[in-house]
Amino acid sequence: MNASIKFYQTGTFTVGNRLLSPEQRSVQASLERSNAINSGHRACQGCGEALGARYAVDAAMRAVNGQLIAANATGCLEVFSTPYPETSWQLPWIHSLFGNAAAVGTGIAAALKVKGRQDVRVIAQGGDGGTTDIGFGCLSGMFERNDDVLYLCYDNEAYMNTGVQRSSATPHAARTNTTMPVGPEPGAPFGQGKKLPLIAMAHEIPYVATATVADLHDLENKVERAMSMHGARYLHVLVPCPLGWGADSADTIKLARLARETGIFPVLEAERGEVTAVSKIRRRIPVEEYLRLQKRFAHLFGKPGHPEMVAAIQAEADRNICRFKLLDKTEAV
Amino acid sequence: MRKQIEGSRAVAEAVALARPEVICAYPISPQTHIVEGLGELVKSGKIAPCEFVNVESEFAAMSVAIGASAAGARAYTATASQGLLFMAEAVYNASGLGLPIVMTLANRAIGAPINIWNDHSDSMSQRDCGWIQLFAAHNQEALDLHIQAFKLAEELSMPVMVCMDGFILTHAVEGIDMPTQDEVDAFLPPYEPRQVLDPAEPVSIGAMVGPEAFMEVRYLAHAKQTVALERIPEIAAEFCDRFGRNTGGLVRSYHCDDAETIVVALGSVIGTLRETVEELRRDGMKIGVLGISSFRPFPLAAVREVLQGAKRVVVLEKSFSVGLGGVVSTDVRLALEGAPVRGYTVVAGLGGRAITRASLASTLRDAVDEKLEPLTFMDLDWRIVNRQLEREAASRRSGPIAENLLRDVGSVASKVS
Ligand SMILES: Cc1ncc(C[n+]2csc(CCOP(=O)(O)OP(=O)(O)O)c2C)c(N)n1
Ligand code: SF4
Ligand SMILES: [Mg+2]
Repeated sequence: MNASIKFYQTGTFTVGNRLLSPEQRSVQASLERSNAINSGHRACQGCGEALGARYAVDAAMRAVNGQLIAANATGCLEVFSTPYPETSWQLPWIHSLFGNAAAVGTGIAAALKVKGRQDVRVIAQGGDGGTTDIGFGCLSGMFERNDDVLYLCYDNEAYMNTGVQRSSATPHAARTNTTMPVGPEPGAPFGQGKKLPLIAMAHEIPYVATATVADLHDLENKVERAMSMHGARYLHVLVPCPLGWGADSADTIKLARLARETGIFPVLEAERGEVTAVSKIRRRIPVEEYLRLQKRFAHLFGKPGHPEMVAAIQAEADRNICRFKLLDKTEAV
Repeated sequence: MRKQIEGSRAVAEAVALARPEVICAYPISPQTHIVEGLGELVKSGKIAPCEFVNVESEFAAMSVAIGASAAGARAYTATASQGLLFMAEAVYNASGLGLPIVMTLANRAIGAPINIWNDHSDSMSQRDCGWIQLFAAHNQEALDLHIQAFKLAEELSMPVMVCMDGFILTHAVEGIDMPTQDEVDAFLPPYEPRQVLDPAEPVSIGAMVGPEAFMEVRYLAHAKQTVALERIPEIAAEFCDRFGRNTGGLVRSYHCDDAETIVVALGSVIGTLRETVEELRRDGMKIGVLGISSFRPFPLAAVREVLQGAKRVVVLEKSFSVGLGGVVSTDVRLALEGAPVRGYTVVAGLGGRAITRASLASTLRDAVDEKLEPLTFMDLDWRIVNRQLEREAASRRSGPIAENLLRDVGSVASKVS
């Protein structure tokens, strides 16, 4: 985990490098920087998934000395990274199907074990659809058997590769092309959906964590922690999608940060089913600030708008804050 | 060594002799005894090093096999029926990726209505999946085919399905010659993958392919099966040299040289057919049997060579294409293109319906007397079929078909006198 940071400049979310210890500092991209997902891929401008995957896979590569193999589910990440004969992947990588990345990871891990190659480690990765819906059976099986695979879910909260349809990770009230903002209850229905990090925790696997692309050091640290362990590990990364969310490409990081600072997306770590750490909210922000930046929620704010839905989403954020103790004791909920 | 063992156990021991490195198991009758046997062999250390993965579905079984094979391990799984359908997407993927997985298919009917007994609907449902499909006529052949299958699969880098009739073979106890480990090691070299996930030489496997090359990739899969058409008999011959048993190959004919009528079939029914044919020959009928051992690739030339001299060909099928008729028949007719041979399809043994010598003999006599319909469902109980048709004509809400028929048949217990 990051050492706690003292923010001398109040009212800003950015931390000047000089306020950080050297290992926590961000550095400009350099040619020497490791790059498991090379440039030239076809992701949209501002794609959170491309950013999240690159930092996560890079960190995993660094943690295991480059001795890493990846299994990838069908989805944006797979499609934009391998427009063959070009491929962005600088590590052995296999795409099999949409719903089987976790099982393919299990197979690779089993093969490595038989071959006595315990130095080589395995990650499996996919989008929220490939993870929470169609790939859930294989994922739960991999968890339950405690197979030696780190599964990375890049959650952009919908089926983006097929043109933005609802998944079980789509937030309530969000517009997708299968939850249109029409009728008395526009957008994705309340009362549905699943929280995969909690389900992963219920398997009591060695490590479960959530992260966002707003805090890449935190993401890297969690990957590193995950790679220091064996068995089934799960990392759920919130990756805003400008195209699917109807957001400005320049707002990807800001949105990820707002998701955390509103309490909408709790950032935490858990071991064997128990929460061990949470990222505290620095300055609590009403969900409206987060929602307004995204066209998928525009119907909540038009005329007449849906203030009751905004309130319901706020209540969900508040519940997260309470449940995971996302605020320091000094701040009242 | 000669052993009296169950077919499933024989297959488990044969697979063990092939030194599999990753075995994925998900239970379904009539495959269960095979994976149970393998589980025990792995756990007791008789197969080592080997990972035995109890997966949560057949889809995962094939997916784990895909990952293992792509990472350079010799991978094996087994399934049947619903299980094969459940893994279908991964079955196509394994062949598309060119991964030499070996899978036993304990042939069983597909529901609904759910039925655990033998027929070939499962194999035929994946006819076009790009796997090599070999059919065993008896348990010794099932055992031998598994050892040949690993060699074939790995040489060509394509997966092989060994099909054996559920229950009829899997659960039958027969005398079996079990090869020794040294013999199998000498026949089957260690797996040398064509492509492997290896950090020392990173490759991307499974990229999207567009119109610019997709046809060519598919053609190459077909071309490989054409090579398999040559390698299958060669491997069978090498196997015969080393193990002294003539099993496998493309086709197997009995009394076909002078036959005017030839029955074509796959799997264990060939044994019953051979006996039937002997009986009919004693009555002076010029009749023979052609067993197809390699269903995919389909040996068009070998089939034609045997059949073209006959007057009529009866394809006996344990599956059918609803709305058309025979599945294997279509392939056989393609082999006979232009030859003046009459073709009949006899659908028999669906869902475990017994195929008796008496019924076969009378059906084949009908064929010889030119009294057989082009498409015949052998031993169909017309009584219950017609009653259901009447019911449907009489009332819109005639109810679920299978349950109606079962009521007409009456409880099985009532028939036990
Ligand atoms: C079995 C199957 N069903 C559906 C699809 C179509 N499909 C491909 S990618 C995709 C959406 C992927 O969504 P997600 O997993 O969330 O990843 P994202 O593209 O959003 O990163 C879908 C529905 C498929 N390839 N295979
Ligand atoms: S649609 Fe979204 S997830 Fe897909 S490449 Fe574009 S920004 Fe990334
Ligand atoms: Mg998605």
